[in-house]
Amino acid sequence: MSRLLLFIPLLLFFVLAAFLWKGLSIDPRELPSALLDKPFPEFSLSPLREPEQIVTTKDFIGQPVLVNVWATWCPSCRQEHEQLLAISQSGEIPIIGLNYKDERELALNWLQQLGNPYQFNIYDVDGMLGLDLGVYGAPETYLLDAQGIIRYRHVGVLTAQAWQDLKVIIKGWDSVKN
Amino acid sequence: MIPEIGEFALIIALFLSAVLALVPMYGAATVNELWMSYAKPLAKGQFLFMLISFICLGYAFSQDDFSVIYVAQHSNSQMPIQFKLSAIWGGHEGSLLLWAFILSGWTLAVSLFSRSLPLDMLARVLSVMGIIATGFISFLLVTSSPFLRYLPSFPEDGADLNPLLQDFGLIVHPPMLYMGYVGFSVAFSFAIAALLSGRLDTAWARWSRSWTNIAWAFLGLGITLGSWWAYYELGWGGWWFWDPVENASLMPWLVGTALVHSLAATEKRGVFKSWTLLLAIFAFSLSLLGTFLVRSGVLTSVHAFASDPERGFFILMLLAITMGGSLTLYAFKAPNVKSESNFSWLSREVLLLVNNVFLTVMAVTVLLGTLYPLLIDALGAGKISVGPPYFNAVFVPIMGTMAVAMGISVAVRWRETSTKVVIDKLWLPAAISILCGLIFPFFYGSGFDFRVFIGISVSLWVISTVITEFIGKFRNAQSFSIKLKQLPFSYYGMMLAHIGVAVTAIGITLVSTYSEERDIRMAKGDSVELAGYQFIFQGTHVVKGPNYVADQATIEVLESGTFVVTLHPEKRRYNVKRNMMTEADIDAGLFRDLYVALGEPLNNGEAWAVRVHYKPYVRWLWLGGILMALGGLLTVADKRYRQSKAEPEDAYV
Amino acid sequence: MLKIKVLIGFILLLSSFLLSAAIDVYQFDDPEKEGRFQKLAFELRCPKCQNQNIADSNAEIAKDLRTKIQQMLIADKSDMEIVDYMVERYGDFVLYEPRVKPQTYLLWYGPALFLVLGLIIIILIIRSRNKTYQQINENESSLSDSESEALHALLKTNQEKK
Repeated sequence: MSRLLLFIPLLLFFVLAAFLWKGLSIDPRELPSALLDKPFPEFSLSPLREPEQIVTTKDFIGQPVLVNVWATWCPSCRQEHEQLLAISQSGEIPIIGLNYKDERELALNWLQQLGNPYQFNIYDVDGMLGLDLGVYGAPETYLLDAQGIIRYRHVGVLTAQAWQDLKVIIKGWDSVKN
Repeated sequence: MIPEIGEFALIIALFLSAVLALVPMYGAATVNELWMSYAKPLAKGQFLFMLISFICLGYAFSQDDFSVIYVAQHSNSQMPIQFKLSAIWGGHEGSLLLWAFILSGWTLAVSLFSRSLPLDMLARVLSVMGIIATGFISFLLVTSSPFLRYLPSFPEDGADLNPLLQDFGLIVHPPMLYMGYVGFSVAFSFAIAALLSGRLDTAWARWSRSWTNIAWAFLGLGITLGSWWAYYELGWGGWWFWDPVENASLMPWLVGTALVHSLAATEKRGVFKSWTLLLAIFAFSLSLLGTFLVRSGVLTSVHAFASDPERGFFILMLLAITMGGSLTLYAFKAPNVKSESNFSWLSREVLLLVNNVFLTVMAVTVLLGTLYPLLIDALGAGKISVGPPYFNAVFVPIMGTMAVAMGISVAVRWRETSTKVVIDKLWLPAAISILCGLIFPFFYGSGFDFRVFIGISVSLWVISTVITEFIGKFRNAQSFSIKLKQLPFSYYGMMLAHIGVAVTAIGITLVSTYSEERDIRMAKGDSVELAGYQFIFQGTHVVKGPNYVADQATIEVLESGTFVVTLHPEKRRYNVKRNMMTEADIDAGLFRDLYVALGEPLNNGEAWAVRVHYKPYVRWLWLGGILMALGGLLTVADKRYRQSKAEPEDAYV
Repeated sequence: MLKIKVLIGFILLLSSFLLSAAIDVYQFDDPEKEGRFQKLAFELRCPKCQNQNIADSNAEIAKDLRTKIQQMLIADKSDMEIVDYMVERYGDFVLYEPRVKPQTYLLWYGPALFLVLGLIIIILIIRSRNKTYQQINENESSLSDSESEALHALLKTNQEKK
């Protein structure tokens, strides 16, 4: 009996090792959005192009959209720009830009030079909508369903692979509808 | 050419350690004296080639050989030579080489200072160390060689070392820490050798003890240096952040502390053998676990190395082999017999067990807190963080309770002590420490503070019980000086280490309760009051360092109108990476530090954000750490471990 | 292919973007609020950083969160409200002091449990040991004085030989 007790440390180690093994395939820095399956936060900000107007959630609820958080000071945003343009050209889903803590002038120049994948841009100069959304660094991309509920968040550069993952989710909705 | 020699030397060292892992072990199993006797020369050869390899890397750094990738990534021609050389261990590959080099150093030391060891024991111990070395050197060669080159073209100059590392701290902290981590491999190897041979007598404990104490002292010193370094270099005035990497060094230290005590009981009284073996296995395993946590990227840490799942996988395999193998051996061969000696409820044996339970629970708590986010994540239950508020809430009560037991333990003898004797010895220290603890917060602070009361009381309790016991030794002695000499070194070591614990505890209590801190905007001529000191900002000017340019502020400090010191905190910009660094300036003192750090310039350099700290008794933290380490080293100087004579009757822990 | 590796920090050190400590000036009319500000900033984790609280980090997001805390304190929000606000947006990850709930029971109550368990084991060990020892003493006659002296001498010479 007490000989069996001496196996306890070995057993505990196996449990520990299993967790460490699992841990190797987890990225501890990747945070799921706290707003997952919750509505997009209410806001009232001006669009990037028209400083005197106001946009709210009403301007995009009603159809699935991507909300892409970007800024001109963010080098990774430049990297994913091609991908965003490709998505917008494919016409599969509209992209709403959330221009995050940026300067209006610079942002407009950027869109002029690199092309504009966005249906329109929300201009969040002090980052407070970003804060409500739980943004911790651009770029981030949110997938919203037709009811304006956040269904998915992608942190970092939106690669072709990431876009494939998003498409799978969107296709799922379509098949449910049909 | 030289880097290739380094790589080649590493390959030879791998070969030698593989032979060391096999031949003497087989010789011991088959009682073949010749094969066993190969252990010593192999250990020496392995050390020699590791040394060559290490020198080759050092040479590449000193000659600015930027064709070597590792050198190009961690050095720059502008760096002062002492930082070029310590940049050897400034990154993953080189620090791993340091790890393996120190391991070969310990192996050599065991082979040199082992005349009293029977040949088969020595052969087994060195073989086990050879197994560990084989694992680590292959890890180096397969995934992390520091000798790889940029070919055919290489950068003209190096990418520079992280400026935070260009500091005295890098020169001393990692080698000390690794001496400790790797030093536990000796205790581990002795435990494995004992299990293999089945010779679990007290001699095994005696051989093992001095090695364990030295490693424990180095680890403590390494942790202390790290804490001090973080305090002055990071500019936050913090000295312990409960970061996974810090926890990774604390866990083996806690288990090592338990081991040091448990070995004492095993050696003196032949008790707790199985438990001592288990602790020896765990002390080293936790060192390996720490290596895994720091280098695999499974946890986020402020101090982590560039992480790489492939490396993580390799270390996990090493961990699985070492821990899995040793614990399997343990399960089958650990002694299951009840020891022949007896002890009563109030005896040093029982108190050592209590001490071991506390230390083990502390280590488990640190492990739990460190790995809990990983556990929760692996189970798919979300991401959580476990940080300082948790550790402080759980750790402090356990530590406080243990300190009470510490005081009792020094007054209690082996086997049995009557309750009356203990009470007679302890009532006075108890009364004095509680009284002082009650008065202190009124006298030092602004009013009663429960935390200060507890912290000061238990610290004084630890100190006063040690001193009472020490004075008691002279009650029946004829001559003070003779008795002073008769007391063994290990007794003085114990005293010093216990007092060190108390000194650290006083430091922690006071600095965390009475620290004051302010972040303020200061323009030329502005002044701020903090804890009775007046800090006057007298402007900044530009100074040039060897590889940086800095804005240096001049801040004069007055205490009730009289001049105390002028401080010069800097905001540096390093030339190569163009990154900014805060270099705090500190007026250190035994009873308080004045700590000033420079933030960002405000209003185009008209004013600066300045952080001013008042840190009472912060030096005591590290002073205590040094005392503990010295205590550990002093026990090794004990005559018993150098000669094999009978023990003096007063011999303590 | 040689990837340019992420800048490598060392034991007790940070990666490059964390090089300078965050020193910002936050004005409060009330020193009590300043104290609460410091405490909150120390106990909330910066979501973007490696492992830093929002007081020490100078990442953009940490600055934003500090500003938000300052605004909320000035607007007389309670500590609870501020913490809830952060958790709503960034999840439990921002709490350095995890909340007590079923998933964290082991974390919070584990140490106490282990301590009690350890002490119970000690008691069991001492009990059983004392019993066995008495049995040994009763069943086998212990060594006589002369025998034990002889044994002692034997051990001693043996030791000296080594």
